[in-house]
Amino acid sequence: MTRLFAVFVLCAGFLAPPLATAEAKDPPRDQLVIGITQFPSTFHPNIDAMLAKSYILAMTRRPFTAYDQNWRLVCMLCVDLPTIENGLAVPERTPKGKRGIAVTYTIRKEALWGDETPVSTRDVVFTWKAGRHPMSGVGNVEFYRSLYKIDVKDEKTFTLHFDKLTFEYNAINGFQLIPAHLDAPSFADPAEYKHRTAFDADTTNKGLYFGPYRIAEVATGSHVVLVPNATWWGSKPRFKRIVVRVVPNTAALEANVLSGAIDMIAGELGLTIDQALAFEKRHGDRFNLVYKPGLIYEHIDLNQDNPILKDKRVRKALIYALDRRAISEKLFDGRQPVANTNVSPLDWVHTDDIQRYEYDPKKALKLLREAGWTTLRKGVRSNKNGEKLSLEIMTTAGNRIRELVEQVLQSQWKQLGIDVRIRNQPARVFFGQTVTERKFSAMAMFAWISAPESVPRTTLHSAHIPHPGNNFAGQNYAGFVNSEVDELIELIEVELNREKRAGLWHRLQEIYADELPALPLYFRAEPYVLPKWLKGIEPTGHQDPSTLWIENWYAKSED
Amino acid sequence: MTRFLLARLVQSVAVLVVMSFVIYGLIGLMPGDPIDLMINADPKMTSEDATRLRALYGLDKPIIERYGNWLKAALTADLGYSRLHAKPVLEVLGPALGNTIVLLGLSFLLSLAIGLPAGIAAALRPYSRSDYAINFLAFAGISVPAFWLALLLIIVFAVFLGILPASGTGTIGAAGFWESAKYVVLPVANLTIASAGGHTRYMRAAMIETLRQDYIRTARAKGASQTRVVFRHALRNAMIPVVTVVALNFGYLFSGALITETIFAYPGMGKLIFDAIMGNDFNLALVALLFATVLTLAGNLLADLTYAWLDPRISYQ
Repeated sequence: MTRLFAVFVLCAGFLAPPLATAEAKDPPRDQLVIGITQFPSTFHPNIDAMLAKSYILAMTRRPFTAYDQNWRLVCMLCVDLPTIENGLAVPERTPKGKRGIAVTYTIRKEALWGDETPVSTRDVVFTWKAGRHPMSGVGNVEFYRSLYKIDVKDEKTFTLHFDKLTFEYNAINGFQLIPAHLDAPSFADPAEYKHRTAFDADTTNKGLYFGPYRIAEVATGSHVVLVPNATWWGSKPRFKRIVVRVVPNTAALEANVLSGAIDMIAGELGLTIDQALAFEKRHGDRFNLVYKPGLIYEHIDLNQDNPILKDKRVRKALIYALDRRAISEKLFDGRQPVANTNVSPLDWVHTDDIQRYEYDPKKALKLLREAGWTTLRKGVRSNKNGEKLSLEIMTTAGNRIRELVEQVLQSQWKQLGIDVRIRNQPARVFFGQTVTERKFSAMAMFAWISAPESVPRTTLHSAHIPHPGNNFAGQNYAGFVNSEVDELIELIEVELNREKRAGLWHRLQEIYADELPALPLYFRAEPYVLPKWLKGIEPTGHQDPSTLWIENWYAKSED
Repeated sequence: MTRFLLARLVQSVAVLVVMSFVIYGLIGLMPGDPIDLMINADPKMTSEDATRLRALYGLDKPIIERYGNWLKAALTADLGYSRLHAKPVLEVLGPALGNTIVLLGLSFLLSLAIGLPAGIAAALRPYSRSDYAINFLAFAGISVPAFWLALLLIIVFAVFLGILPASGTGTIGAAGFWESAKYVVLPVANLTIASAGGHTRYMRAAMIETLRQDYIRTARAKGASQTRVVFRHALRNAMIPVVTVVALNFGYLFSGALITETIFAYPGMGKLIFDAIMGNDFNLALVALLFATVLTLAGNLLADLTYAWLDPRISYQ
């Protein structure tokens, strides 16, 4: 369907629509319409992790801390970022004798909820109580579990006591404040809280927001309208109205931006890279296309239980046989950097000083022969027992890019006599059962979303291999077991010295590159389609969306 | 008639109970659950979190038990909460149903308004140029894939001409009747073109068949005018098979038009049901599908009653 549409759009481009061009030259300067592909399932900041929700809420609220465009941790709602060096973070022993830390934050004094109630430590305590309650519906409660006590100093200052001292002790990006004055009554029955929270029952209530904008209108499944929040303390937002319009079909999203119905397409939730590249070729003169490589790691998990893949030489041969650089150049115009491990090249802990796998079919062949795959019969390699070098690859059916890449990989492996059969499934089945219950026989292609310096505990630690005994909990789908990696994960988490931690990360990447629990492919780039007149937008490439700095966005005429 | 209506009511309730179980069971048989989807969005979620959330949402219980709980609550008019929308099911269903009634109701009426006269006109001069032209257009309407037509309409009216919005619904700040109404024009046109062709063909076939009947010949022999023959004698009889088809389409209408709604980003029932099923939102999917079932049953009942009105020989005991 999208391909057909591409033909239409191509024709549209050649015929240069005069009306749309006129609109692009003369945009409304007081309104910005953003197109995204997904509608949030809830507006509660701490229930359900969903990118569409984070994208919209980032305009209306601020976390205490966030990673900025340079991937540095910064204070947003707090006054100073606590560190051990500045004395605001103090390592301590927990009552149970564990190594913990006390971290003191102060809320900005000018911070007010939209109904002019001060943002205060009352909200901090309420958010903590709601978050840690098992019935409240908060997904990932690890943070709330670890935070065992809060000392309130005054209306604005409080100290968090964590029962674990990790290098991320001052990063409380996910601790999103809930207004106690509005939501505490809904929490009277914690089991009903997720149904009664004002964020969903009264989404346009001013008092839920304290960012540059507040939500003024919600049409479920269609759009969200935001208007400036009068109590915002920072620089005045330039647009009088922001409409976030949801268009689930990316081909229709393109048509919307061409027709002027929407001004920009968010990179976080918009076009795929191939669509964006094609769009740029046709309409690059009318729009700015910005590609931001990020933390979405596309890879192929190799099932370590597969008898063929147990042999490291075969795993290495598989990756030597792939010309990933050519794939990136030909399919993605070089916009998506080739991955060597699961650590993004933009992350400060990334190292290039590891084993890298440039395209080398001769080396791949040598490794296969060493592994016993010597005989080539009817184009397929086999071993002395007559077993064929035949593997299965699976991914999400309907994901055009993955299916395309899969076909290229299949043909490259075929040249070396590796028979790879494609067996794709709908995302629902693939992620609902096949991957989560490790039912893929050999290879599963998908992506992981992470954060800057994210420790891969759930994806690489041997304790997180899903199996029937643990009710298929954990995300180490490859079934990778390496005691040194387990140990490194434990050490990295608690190492506060940056240099020492860099060394541990280095070793972790070395092992990953050598052991290959997965075949690294590339880091996905987010394509932003922006009108020429829109300035000030800075894509981040990580989980904190660009809208966290919405007040810096402006139309060119104001420049 | 009262006995007939009561019997149909009992039948309908039985069908609804069976359907509710079948739908619940089928959704339950799909691999994975909502918590798997949450894990994919947040790799740091621990196994303890997943277990706790499964218990919280009742997903750790056997499907029969879950269905039983739902049925008990439903009998007390509590249809539960939508997990995907974090709202009571009826609150989610209401706006989507309203949008669907506008969209599909308009396209339904328009397609009848176009299809029935066109079918009659074609039947009056079979195998003439006008018949061929009407047939050509009808077949084109039936054959054109909905997604292709939708994209074509967007390109022409939104991108080239810029006179209609490409998709979505109106926002409050930019209100005004026309501002809101123009969002419906393209999706309605898309659905109307697709269904008017079918109605034209059914009407034409039924009318040709009726016009061959002896009583029509008799009416003509008695000197009745063409208008009287067609509208007084033929149309009522020709409508019986058309009513059957229209009634069958009635339930489908309210279960929405997924492709059209997706491409035009129109928040109606089709997209709602699809998302609910894919997101394992049991309560929402179940109620929405049952609602479509109720309307299908109601449509068929209405068709039965219409038969009796159209043909006095039919009566219900």
